[in-house]
Amino acid sequence: MSLKDQFIQAFVENGRYKLLLSGFGATLLITLFSAVIGVILGFVCGMIRATYDKNKEALKRRGGFSYYLLAVLNFIAKIYITVIRGTPTVIQLMISYFLIFAMAQNGVPIAIFAFGLNSGAYVSEIIRGGVMSIDEGQFEAGRSLGFSYVQTLRYVIIPQVTKSVFPALMNEFITLFKETSISGYVGIRDLTKGGDIIRSTTYQPFMPLFLIAGIYLVSVLLLEYVGGKLERRMRRDER
Amino acid sequence: MNDKVLVQVRDLKKYYKNGEIKALDGVSIDIHQGEVLVIIGPSGSGKSTLLRSLNLLEFPTSGSIDVDGVDITNPKININKHRQKMGMVFQHFNLFPNMTILENMTLAPMKLLHKSKEEAEKQARELLKRVNLEDRADSYPRQLSGGQQQRIAIVRALCMDPEILLFDEPTSALDPEMVGEVLDVMKELARGGMTMAVVTHEMGFAREVADHVVFMADGKIVEEGSPDQIFDHPESERLKSFLAKII
Repeated sequence: MSLKDQFIQAFVENGRYKLLLSGFGATLLITLFSAVIGVILGFVCGMIRATYDKNKEALKRRGGFSYYLLAVLNFIAKIYITVIRGTPTVIQLMISYFLIFAMAQNGVPIAIFAFGLNSGAYVSEIIRGGVMSIDEGQFEAGRSLGFSYVQTLRYVIIPQVTKSVFPALMNEFITLFKETSISGYVGIRDLTKGGDIIRSTTYQPFMPLFLIAGIYLVSVLLLEYVGGKLERRMRRDER
Repeated sequence: MNDKVLVQVRDLKKYYKNGEIKALDGVSIDIHQGEVLVIIGPSGSGKSTLLRSLNLLEFPTSGSIDVDGVDITNPKININKHRQKMGMVFQHFNLFPNMTILENMTLAPMKLLHKSKEEAEKQARELLKRVNLEDRADSYPRQLSGGQQQRIAIVRALCMDPEILLFDEPTSALDPEMVGEVLDVMKELARGGMTMAVVTHEMGFAREVADHVVFMADGKIVEEGSPDQIFDHPESERLKSFLAKII
């Protein structure tokens, strides 16, 4: 069979391209929402971890409620990060689908939950690393002007961290985007699953597999292009 | 200089490792309003620790620090309010690299003193004029030389209208030819009546500008007095050998 015929069989016959279109839609939906959850969760956990690491002595000295609260939050965040990073994403997804939300009908929100939780752990470490890498002098300069710790974070540290963690964050988004391809394990018809259905109904693996690979690749290139533009814009002060 | 005591330090101790290391071992000192206090001493003598204790960047193990009659080591006071009145200049400038010079200078007045942008910028530009850097308002710190950055760091602290300025080895990270321009700004401030506490190795500056010189070693004040007493009539062996090494 010629390539052209293969192409027609894989994508045109019986409107099979619709499987890829709707699958790509599901992939984008899962990626987008889990990225949002991941960033929010990761930001909160990363800030808790960095704040604890940086201030535990001062807080311990003052003692009281705020110290214990932060110590407990830090402990919870640490366990969360360890468990998420120490277990395969596909198993986290299956636990979410078959155990935590066993009654649910629609897999997409569950995938968003699972991937969001997963991404949050990685983003948390990226952000913690970003905060810890800022020179102590920046904190001291902020504090010596009279800013509280939280104000120093907000006005001085976070704007610098945002810039320095941006490449790592982009990398995390790309990884997340590609990792959603395991959604098929819990019956979600994402892009990969769509291609796989075409493969199994046409008995032709070549066309569908390479085409979905191409779609992932082009999407990542697009993401990198947009990311690169944003990064250059953030680095204006370095010129 | 007048008789009002602005900062009163009593029996200040800072121990590390359960007292194995005594960075400060019972230091008492008064800083009068309008006075220039210069702290000298060998490295590891505790002079930076003492200075950084004055705005609690280092928290002392024991002792008291009264500023305007309030003990700031009391955990119940709001240290942030006190720090607004105690400007600090660091060895490595610590300007915010992601902000322009003007933004560096207006951030704290706008967020903490709730000045309007116009008001804060007007004040910043006037201060920039005083240090001859008014044309660098829109530059970023990395575009400036070390000496220029340190002059900016000084006027950034001044934007908060502090009652006292703390200088932690302000010229130690500078190339030799840039030391003078920073010291000139500090001298002008001293002449203007600013209360200053300065940790420095610039003995010429100490001799010329200081009202009071403190010599520290091993976490203690070994000798103190006027520049004339300290530099021309040292009494302790420790100070004599220190001066012999550096002058």
